[in-house]
Amino acid sequence: MSAHTGVLPGFRLTLGYTILYLSLIVLLPVAAVFGKTLELGWGEFVDVVSNPRVLAAYRLSFGAALAAAAIDAVFGLLLAWVLVRYSFPGKRLVDALIDLPFALPTAVAGIALTALYAPNGWLGGWLAGLGLKVAFTPLGILVALVFIGIPFVVRTVQPVLEEFEPEFEEAAASLGACRWQVFRHVILPHVLPAVVTGFALAFARAVGEYGSVIFIAGNLPFVSEIVPLLIIGQLEQYDEAGATAIATVMLVASFALLLVINALQAWAARRGGKEQ
Amino acid sequence: MDAVAALPIHEIPVRRIAVRPVTAEPAWVRRALIALALAFFGLFLLLPLAAVFVEALRKGWAVYLAALVEPDALAALKLTLLAAAIAVPLNLVFGVAAAWAIAKFSFRGKALLLTLIDLPFSISPVVAGLGLVLLFGGSGWFGAWLAAHEVKVLFAVPGIVLATVLVTFPFVARELVPLMQAQGREEEEAAVVLGASGWRTFWHVTLPNVKWGLLYGVILTNARAMGEFGAVSVVSGHIRGQTTTLPLHVEILYNEYQFSAAFAVASLLALLALVTLVVKHAIERRGDFAALRRGSLK
Repeated sequence: MSAHTGVLPGFRLTLGYTILYLSLIVLLPVAAVFGKTLELGWGEFVDVVSNPRVLAAYRLSFGAALAAAAIDAVFGLLLAWVLVRYSFPGKRLVDALIDLPFALPTAVAGIALTALYAPNGWLGGWLAGLGLKVAFTPLGILVALVFIGIPFVVRTVQPVLEEFEPEFEEAAASLGACRWQVFRHVILPHVLPAVVTGFALAFARAVGEYGSVIFIAGNLPFVSEIVPLLIIGQLEQYDEAGATAIATVMLVASFALLLVINALQAWAARRGGKEQ
Repeated sequence: MDAVAALPIHEIPVRRIAVRPVTAEPAWVRRALIALALAFFGLFLLLPLAAVFVEALRKGWAVYLAALVEPDALAALKLTLLAAAIAVPLNLVFGVAAAWAIAKFSFRGKALLLTLIDLPFSISPVVAGLGLVLLFGGSGWFGAWLAAHEVKVLFAVPGIVLATVLVTFPFVARELVPLMQAQGREEEEAAVVLGASGWRTFWHVTLPNVKWGLLYGVILTNARAMGEFGAVSVVSGHIRGQTTTLPLHVEILYNEYQFSAAFAVASLLALLALVTLVVKHAIERRGDFAALRRGSLK
């Protein structure tokens, strides 16, 4: 590996340590998952991942994550907009608490949401009166995933909105655009890459989420059983091969998402000019 | 212009002056958007947080405190602190080393390296835990060797520590790399040219510049380390009082229908989250950090 080392010392030491530590802590476990899958052989692998119960879990995990990320994209843009453009009482508190899902342990979020949405809970009882059951259904999973993903969108969109120059809006308005047209044709195209990036980050997180979901999900096979839970279930039955086959699909999806997110960030950087 | 000038003064068309700037929305739109955003905020963020504390204190302070000083809870607290005390320094050293190599030098494969560092952000914690099971479990890559030497990793404290290190791996590096990139390397080069050693340059030039970013990465790492659930759950074995961290202890209590006790322990973790947010917010409001961070986003 060649480098323009210049006069600064420590290149070999720090890069060597980085690669060694990365390999030991992250790449080795990932390699173990792929290695175990290769031992399985193609036929057995397909058998496991095409099992109807596994397919139902994939559909649920990816579907709920997609829906949750979409909700987060809309409300994340709204929250970022309100935080950047308007002033209102309690704004600093709202801004600080947006990151709560990053800081709050997922198990705590899980039991708190369950307490709220269970049939005898604060909101659950009221929603039951409307004929809506949230906890222990796929809807509960959606609620947990929306909670987990919201800071990703807000924190990606917020800096882009902050740096947006009012000149563009003024120009559009002086050319006769109404406020909605300015938003639709000037502001939205500018923040769209950030919104899509936030959406992808929220989606990536939601697909693999475990702690906040299992308490509220009810975990019924074919109905509300997410993929990570299925993996743990296989492990508890000492079926490492089955667990690994199911996990490999998730791992490949993670890699793909990581590449998509990188490409999105590059797009956002180009579109935004100087912003991320 | 000429046409207007030619008109008698009282015939010049008078337009109503707009009372709001062209880049603002009508007041009712503004109020509606704020109300909608606050409703979402209240429903999805404030209410769950409030629920933790209300449920924790539902049966009074005596039950609350009893749940916290119970031996299994204390053992879980100790294990949580231990895991964080190992994971944070390890990932801190890694983060600094990675940021130095990536930000101060140019080399091929940098983008790939950055992507691999991000990997733990996008892998499901359960899949990460599974990877450790496949390495250290009975039939795992190192299983036979570990059994021969009577070393227990899985379902024991080392496994929990490893899982914690793995899921908190990128936080410090991810914070430091863009900061140190934004800073450039002129200051360090000047120090080295003037005769300072590499260490001295790092301690007296680089570190003061990035100290807030470093602290920022550390508190994020710490919060995740103490709160990690999925990965730790896979490798823990849930042996009460021995291999349960605080989040796992919450799960056990909850599944035993000891709701008040579960929420009491959960409230400790929620307090940790709140302290994390306060410190994080305080760092973000520091002018020098904010400016550097904005620079790093460009």
